[in-house]
Amino acid sequence: MAWEYRIFKDLHQIPREEHVFPGTPLCAGCGGLESLRLAAKVLGNHVVYVNAAGCFTNLASFPFTPLDASWLYTTMGSAPAGAQGVRDALDVLIAKGRLPQDEDVKVVVLGGDGSTYDMALSSTSGAITRRLDFYYFCYDNEAYGNTGVQLSPATPYGARTATSPCAVRNPVGAVQEKKDIFEIWRAHRPPYLATVSPRFPLDLEEKFARAAAYRGPKLFLGFAACPTGWLFDPAYTPDVARLAVECGMWPLKEAIDGNVVHTYLPKLSPIEDYLKLQGRFRHLFEPTVQKDALAHIQATVKAYWDRVQQGDSV
Amino acid sequence: MTAQMMTGNLAAAWGARLADVDYVPAFPITPQTEIVETLSKWCGTGELNARFVTLDSEHSMMTAAGAAAATGARVFTATSSQGLLHALEVLYTVAGWRAPLVLVNVSRALASPITLEPDHNDVLAARDSGFVQVHAETCQEVVDSILMAYRIAEDPLVCLPVVVNLDGFVLSFTREPVWLPEAQAVRAFLPPFRPTHLGFKASTPQALGTAVLGGSTYSYFRHQIHLASVNALQVHEQAAAEFERCFGRRYDVVEGYRIEDAEDILVMSNAFASKGKAAVDAAREQGRRVGLLRLRMIRPWPADAVRRALRGRRAVAVLDQNLSPGQGGILYQEIAACLYHDVARPRALCSFIGGLGGKNISEAEFHAVFEQTAEAGIQGQGGGPVLLYTEAEYREMEQLQFLAHDLKTGR
Repeated sequence: MAWEYRIFKDLHQIPREEHVFPGTPLCAGCGGLESLRLAAKVLGNHVVYVNAAGCFTNLASFPFTPLDASWLYTTMGSAPAGAQGVRDALDVLIAKGRLPQDEDVKVVVLGGDGSTYDMALSSTSGAITRRLDFYYFCYDNEAYGNTGVQLSPATPYGARTATSPCAVRNPVGAVQEKKDIFEIWRAHRPPYLATVSPRFPLDLEEKFARAAAYRGPKLFLGFAACPTGWLFDPAYTPDVARLAVECGMWPLKEAIDGNVVHTYLPKLSPIEDYLKLQGRFRHLFEPTVQKDALAHIQATVKAYWDRVQQGDSV
Repeated sequence: MTAQMMTGNLAAAWGARLADVDYVPAFPITPQTEIVETLSKWCGTGELNARFVTLDSEHSMMTAAGAAAATGARVFTATSSQGLLHALEVLYTVAGWRAPLVLVNVSRALASPITLEPDHNDVLAARDSGFVQVHAETCQEVVDSILMAYRIAEDPLVCLPVVVNLDGFVLSFTREPVWLPEAQAVRAFLPPFRPTHLGFKASTPQALGTAVLGGSTYSYFRHQIHLASVNALQVHEQAAAEFERCFGRRYDVVEGYRIEDAEDILVMSNAFASKGKAAVDAAREQGRRVGLLRLRMIRPWPADAVRRALRGRRAVAVLDQNLSPGQGGILYQEIAACLYHDVARPRALCSFIGGLGGKNISEAEFHAVFEQTAEAGIQGQGGGPVLLYTEAEYREMEQLQFLAHDLKTGR
């Protein structure tokens, strides 16, 4: 059964109110910021963002913040535990009559892939297991971006980073496969889990709106095209974000209570269309075409969508 | 009112219960477990109207504790040793948030080699985090110090977290008579926590822990933590006076034991100070004019109180139950620093290291400490660090090494 939009059917339905204002210290063309901006339109401003160390930590730089919501910077490894403390305290204070119900706020973890995929995994796993009522938004730019773009467990095969260089002994760059954090999260059976891309704004808004109906962990993996780290002109952020989905490398999907549904069936355009836009993959094309590497990437994508076609969960 | 026999851990749990805390994030570690087990039970029965949550690590536990305190709840948590170090990053973080929570640390020596019994390298690793540190000698002092700790932490002049330290095993698992204050009297001493400056409310968003760039902003905020910590000296004084008025027991930042006429003074902290006091009594019977100064508050450092107690003495011995490899005793350094400018500073300052990993300090070792300290005072020359270690212990160690190595290898 095809996935249908229930709440957001038309771009005009996206709220006009902004909660992430211009003038942040983030890079031009940051795809993660675009996702956050869209997400905040649904989340509103009765929110406390609990932040882990990463690019978004720059958002709230004393004395400025581009948000009209609250902010708590924690550590790189424990933002979900910070969310736990805030949520529990809010619940206790409301229950004891010390905080009016209408002062309640949503608790939203903001972490990059560096935090999310590795260091904060224990903290996230704990929060999901405890059924903490919170949102988790990971802006995934597939590298330790804020430190200068080093290899992270989210870095895909074939990407060049500052610590997975294309070299004589290792012409491919990153030789690992991107860690499947979606499946790791899904194994915890959270009530709501989804991937999003800012170039599919209705899909993104629909998912944040749907998630609001669920009590417990609501997790989002946001594609964060990164001009600085992936080496493309910031003007191409929308194209990169679109092609990542269309070539099949960034599946748009949701899992309610663990049941996966793909929310968009891509054209499965050749991966080269996506890779060629980005300097981090340039060594796969110049000075010689690394055919084996490209074939490996294409085969991995094909295998994924073959499983989807066969009705496997992923 | 009669005393009840209870362990230091149970006394710590009672401290949290009497403080009527709202939230207890927890993670078990020996020798702290009885504290969280007890609080979990009380939260279950409703004897304590708080939420108890087991986190996935001490790092998460401290984050949740700080975040809840920053949201406006009264928070209690407890850990020990490796757990405290696992949370070390977060100790600095929550102190920077100015989250006024109370943490109990049940001291246990650090790996490796891994062990269970107490020394103070764990809590002293947190020395520079911004936490106020109070070190308890008895189970009674544990519960009393926790109640005082909330008053200090929540005082607008301080707004910092406090760690109350008690020794693992020696105090945590040892039953002593404890007079529990009446809950109603505690409410008079420790009013409910109703901060107006903390919290994440829908109507009044605020940003906490934001990034700062450029050293001048960072310097300003870190120095604010320092000034707030120094304020804790005067706030402690008020809390101590009020505590004495309410409950009849008095605690100062340092405790002098038979120091009035003492020529030489032994400086100690925590539960082993009880052994030190007994050694002072024994030495006095042999005609030595000695006394003991127990350090109760380690941060802020009570420099004036230490100077007042030690100036004009012939010699001072600092018995550190910790070791900074390559340097020696940690508290020895601090005492030396605060005596430097005093014209009447002792003629000699001696450094001893004892009780590492809970090693006993025997009467003979204390006797040697007093003897060497007196001699140093006469000569006007201090020294150390000297490790307290008996010949019998060394022979036993040789036996163990024989079993571990020589027996197998034949060498």
